[in-house]
Amino acid sequence: MDMMSILAIFVSMSILLSVIELIRRNRLKEKYSLLWLFSTLVMLWFSFSRESLHVVSKMFGIKYPPSFIFLLGFLFMIVINIHITSVISELSDKNKTLAQEIALLKKALAEMKDKRE
Amino acid sequence: MRKLLIIPAYNEAQNIDRVLDDINEHLQGFDILLIDDGSTDSTRELAIKRGVDVISLPFNLGIGAAVQTGYIYAQREGYDLAVQFDGDGQHRADQVDRLLEPLLRDEADMVLGSRFLGENEYQSGLTRMVGIKILSSVISMLIGQKITDPTSGCRATNRRVIEFFSHLYPDDYPEPEALVLLHKAGFRITEVPVLMRQRHMGRSTITAPRAVYYMIKVLLAIFIDMLKKVPS
Repeated sequence: MDMMSILAIFVSMSILLSVIELIRRNRLKEKYSLLWLFSTLVMLWFSFSRESLHVVSKMFGIKYPPSFIFLLGFLFMIVINIHITSVISELSDKNKTLAQEIALLKKALAEMKDKRE
Repeated sequence: MRKLLIIPAYNEAQNIDRVLDDINEHLQGFDILLIDDGSTDSTRELAIKRGVDVISLPFNLGIGAAVQTGYIYAQREGYDLAVQFDGDGQHRADQVDRLLEPLLRDEADMVLGSRFLGENEYQSGLTRMVGIKILSSVISMLIGQKITDPTSGCRATNRRVIEFFSHLYPDDYPEPEALVLLHKAGFRITEVPVLMRQRHMGRSTITAPRAVYYMIKVLLAIFIDMLKKVPS
């Protein structure tokens, strides 16, 4: 096993372990971590198995196999980013609804208090 | 028939008294609701002192969400008609009745007050005029109906549109976007001429590059709206 493979295994391993640790400490929800787990496992697989990397690279006509890893990492980043922005959009929508409801409730509450006095 | 006037206001302490004076003087039969969009000045206190109903958002949500809060309130309180009226003193209370007529005759579901229809001679900067021209031709094309003043915030809606807006109202560029969404949901839109005042306090510092940037963003938002699924 050459130096490059060991480095690749080390990097994917640490990302995988950090993700698992974040889930364990409740700092990352499972449903948001699935993409991370999936992508790091794929990276880990290719770091271990040089042969499969070469086979897949050949399939896509890629002359320099490590560049397939870059491509994969890049695609994972795009997918994870789209996922994150969609989560943020959903959250900001809910946040808006909450703020509106609070404002409406505050008004109803003030009216109730006025009536009682 | 219960009618609600929705006034979105964000830091309008300088204008709010004049706006409410104008409404008291020229408009009857409306319940007045001021939506304070997280103002940091005394907008809220001034409005309460005047005896107006106020809904205060806990922080600044932007004009779209503020106006929608008014529609949610109108929907829950069972109002038949709602009118949007800007809190910056640009709109004129004596023009509101013009908006109501097509609704009362059931010829439209939303009526848009246009500065550029009829005998109006509304003065505006060149960049702004060009921007509104482009926007109005794009929107007119998309919804197959001539719209002369798509950014006008002076509009009246019937009960059906109140229901619709309480569920779905655009956040980013609500005035032009709402037209597209209403059209997609099959509502009838009519434009009537209204007079507006020139802005009192100068805030209209739109420079040419910013105007172009704004136009691109609005057009993008509108095209995305055309792709959106809309409940009807």
